Amino acid sequence: MTEEIIIAGFGGQGVLSMGKILAYSGIMQDKEVSWMPSYGPEMRGGTANVTVILSDERISSPVLRDFDTAIVLNQPSLDKFEKSVKPGGILLYDPNGIIHPPTRKDINIYKIDAAFEASKMKSSKTFNMIVLGAFLKLKPVVEMENVLKGLKKSLPERHHHMIPMNEEAIKLGIAKVEEVHKI
Amino acid sequence: MKELKLMKGNEAFAEAVIREGVDAYFGYPITPQSEVIEYLMLEEPHKRTGMVVLQAESEIGAIHMVYGAAGAGKKAVTSSSSPGISLKQEGISYLAGSELPCVMLNVVRGGPGLGTIQPSQADYFQTVKGGGHGDYKLIVLAPASVQEMADFVEDGFELAFKYRNPVMILSDGLIGQMMEKVYLKPQKPRLTDEEIREKYGNWATIGHKPSERNIITSLELKSERQEKHNQKLQAKYRKVEKNEVRFEKINCENADYLLVAYGSSARICQKTIQLGKEKGINIGLLRPITLWPFPSEEINKMADNVKGILSVELSTGQMVEDVKLAVNGKVPVEHYGRFGGMIHSPDEVLEALEEKFIK
Repeated sequence: MTEEIIIAGFGGQGVLSMGKILAYSGIMQDKEVSWMPSYGPEMRGGTANVTVILSDERISSPVLRDFDTAIVLNQPSLDKFEKSVKPGGILLYDPNGIIHPPTRKDINIYKIDAAFEASKMKSSKTFNMIVLGAFLKLKPVVEMENVLKGLKKSLPERHHHMIPMNEEAIKLGIAKVEEVHKI
Repeated sequence: MKELKLMKGNEAFAEAVIREGVDAYFGYPITPQSEVIEYLMLEEPHKRTGMVVLQAESEIGAIHMVYGAAGAGKKAVTSSSSPGISLKQEGISYLAGSELPCVMLNVVRGGPGLGTIQPSQADYFQTVKGGGHGDYKLIVLAPASVQEMADFVEDGFELAFKYRNPVMILSDGLIGQMMEKVYLKPQKPRLTDEEIREKYGNWATIGHKPSERNIITSLELKSERQEKHNQKLQAKYRKVEKNEVRFEKINCENADYLLVAYGSSARICQKTIQLGKEKGINIGLLRPITLWPFPSEEINKMADNVKGILSVELSTGQMVEDVKLAVNGKVPVEHYGRFGGMIHSPDEVLEALEEKFIK
């Protein structure tokens, strides 16, 4: 099993930390992992993205042109990465602020209204975990038990009291993800 | 027991530096390697081992602090990224001339000048061919994973003290910034002056008896003696070339085409091998682990069995010159690479190989 994922959005949406939690969850499940961020000026206010690879084998290139799954959280990222999904792959997006929705017919497209659900939970910080939940529903590459272990590993101890809220957010994402287009 | 962590390359290097029992780190922050000094400052290794971590007033200050510490027989480390390493070249030449051991890290970014902060491999010439003035060589290790960013600290110090020669770990922004699994070795104790003398000989200026009066200098005004000193250095370099060449071969048996790539580019090329297989093209990869000494002999041997060799670097073509020298005209050698902070994808490498050798 090898799953090649790009997660992209605005800086501050928790793109990098979501990737880190996913990578840590992979480690908890004895997988090889890599986490390669975009870094530098584009993180401040612009787009941020991270490539996460989970695999049962030694990981070759941490940098890729095409992905099994693209998780896009704003319009610029959708514009940039819709074309980077492998045919038959998955595009998951948050419709909040999306004016031009995806148009490809050779991939599976799903949406998760994570910004809206996070505002209902009255915590914008749960946003990225709702998205993570949606992804795990579509691609159960790691078990829930290991995601929680990964969460614990990647959060500093002073934030451990927030783990139950994050777990709730992941479950909400699992429940709320919607199909847009299926091939 | 070895400890498993998820870390950035820069952080893994910093943690490995502490665990190696290093005496001192001197540096100055610069993207994309600032995590090294940030990590060391946060970890406060003086509480763990007594190790000194100092942000110098500049890169030039930092490299000369390394010179001083190394002259005292201490394990000293510095790190920077391309423009900062350029500033350090004077000190690096002095360290080589004075035959002092140290480990340095260059997390390369795109140049020239201030350039960009994105990954690049355009400092190959500077690192391998000189950089500073005079006839000298650095032993150059090129990590291709976060694990090697940690492991090469220990390997680097072994080589540095064995040959009394500065060692450069030539990494780049990609390996420095990415996170992977890393197994960390247990903490080693820092060595005492006596242990260093016993292990590596009596050459350091430790400032007290029972040491004889050792002199650390790169200055010799009598040319006859300076020529002799150069001959001694050259003899040492030949020994390193004979004994310390390291490389990794992937999928090389029955390969029709050979990629030569190091560091992050070697990782990208491993995926190119897979993509090639899907298209029925049999590609091998030779990854130099030491860039100096360069695996020339091995590349020359492999040239007998392939139709073409592609040197793949994040530069406009530097290592390709050494590959050509090694191949000596046996088969066509070409270069491919994105540069200026752009990173080639595995697909682009395959397309380049097809275009240059197959179409």
